[in-house]
Amino acid sequence: MADKSYKTVIIGGGPAGLAAASSAVDSGLDAGDVLVIERDNVLGGILNQCIHNGFGLHTFGEELTGPEYAQRFEDKVKERHIPCLLSTIVVDISTEDGKTAREAGREKNPKKIVSAMNKTDGFFTVEADTVILAMGCRERPRGALNIPGYRPAGIYTAGTAQRFVNIEGKMPGRKVVILGSGDIGLIMARRMTLEGAKVEVVAELMPYSGGLKRNIVQCLDDFGIPLKLSHTVIDIQGKERVEAVTIAEVGPDRRPIPGTEETYECDTLLLSCGLIPENELSTQLGVELSRVTNGPVVNESLETSVPGVFACGNVLHVHDLVDYVSEEASEAGKRAASFVLHEGENEEDGTVIPVTAADGVRYTVPSSIRIGHMEDLQRIRFRVGAVFKGASVEIDFNDTVFRSQKKKILAPGEMEQVILKKSDLTGFDGLKSITIRVRKNEDI
Amino acid sequence: MKKTELTCIRCPIGCAITVTQDDDGKVTDITGNSCPNGYKYAANEVTNPTRIVTTTVRVKGGTLPVVSVKTKGDVPKGKMFECVKAINKMEVSAPVAIGDVIVHDVAGTGVDVVATKNVAKAQA
Repeated sequence: MADKSYKTVIIGGGPAGLAAASSAVDSGLDAGDVLVIERDNVLGGILNQCIHNGFGLHTFGEELTGPEYAQRFEDKVKERHIPCLLSTIVVDISTEDGKTAREAGREKNPKKIVSAMNKTDGFFTVEADTVILAMGCRERPRGALNIPGYRPAGIYTAGTAQRFVNIEGKMPGRKVVILGSGDIGLIMARRMTLEGAKVEVVAELMPYSGGLKRNIVQCLDDFGIPLKLSHTVIDIQGKERVEAVTIAEVGPDRRPIPGTEETYECDTLLLSCGLIPENELSTQLGVELSRVTNGPVVNESLETSVPGVFACGNVLHVHDLVDYVSEEASEAGKRAASFVLHEGENEEDGTVIPVTAADGVRYTVPSSIRIGHMEDLQRIRFRVGAVFKGASVEIDFNDTVFRSQKKKILAPGEMEQVILKKSDLTGFDGLKSITIRVRKNEDI
Repeated sequence: MKKTELTCIRCPIGCAITVTQDDDGKVTDITGNSCPNGYKYAANEVTNPTRIVTTTVRVKGGTLPVVSVKTKGDVPKGKMFECVKAINKMEVSAPVAIGDVIVHDVAGTGVDVVATKNVAKAQA
């Protein structure tokens, strides 16, 4: 028996969780029926350590730093008196009768049981009609990168270094090599340089950067820090502390090319090699994950394969703009509220249209659209798998081109989107599938 | 005539902007921006490049050891290090609220430095 019952429980109090919570209340739920559970002792998540500016231009029309942006959303949650449990970790989400909700069937929507613990309440469970997954993501650690060499002190993920510098006020090192050109790595190259460290080089395995172009300009170019594409770390020297790092160029097969080795004396190696959505809880619950994004597979309502369980933000797919996280999370909050308030309605049109990624598009969110549940405008977000210049993004309905849009540049580091109208879908006779693809110019 | 290709850094969209200047360096055309901020950025970048500087300041008696801060407006790109140096010399006492001025006229730029995070007083 659960200790308390809620309409919506939101796992995670970062940007996604906070936006989802306010939106759920704005969409008709009572604040007291919504609960946010956050494992840190403050709300705002990773935004608290992202002290650089550039957040919120979409949402607020002004340029904010991460902590300021987080505060705006925290204020929204507080103004609505939405309960938040801090320093509380969720250890399990399951369904009432022990079956996954999918086994139980859609008609019978079993309550979700969220098990959590903290210092004051110990172990406890809460019951929920809907759950919004907003756990965010974590950085790929050294262990997942297969870097040879010793394991001395001085090797950090870029985000760990960011926490040290920006929240704890400590410098992790003075001479730095960065592996990976993810945004956090680029931001930390600038941050540590401004604090007096020397960033020797940023090495990126791929032939293109994983971060935003603007971050290469303002974090590397501004400070004359070299970015070496198609390079990786092949050795770490030093037994107690990092003493030097050797990088080498890699061929198209991504294997080091002998004779291209360069050794940099340094005391710190930062890793910015990608982010992985944190889906352990989702997996336990039986939520189907995408093998491309490592996030849940969702429909137009951002609802996972388990009915009544929604996902948004970086736990769903890694974003580069927090503004888009907030937007997506607001949608999830609204959909969760609607699930609670209008359960069983809109079921008459059962048509499900799969949305598929092809030719250069790696994935789409959502990956299916139930026309009966579609709103007037449907956003489809996606990422491409390589850099394309002067190509077009093509939306195919069944096997014919529905719309094609020219793009100056498409890059893996930048999330893209297309927007479809409901009338686009309902007006197309015999629609069976939607495909998003990149069409190179010479193909046209 | 001179054409400069820039990536706008005002927001994460990162528009590709082309600035055309005449032989005297006067900006004659700006294309590729998608907002007025981008226009302003591009015009500045080829004549007098500026940046917002963000860093941290030590806090005494707070729930956190440092508070994040930013320059309230743009400062000349060449003065970034000077600004951080001046800011690093400061120490403030908790509580600190978003918008509190931490340094007036940092490094002679005429720009103030303000807090970007709330830091409460630590419980005694």
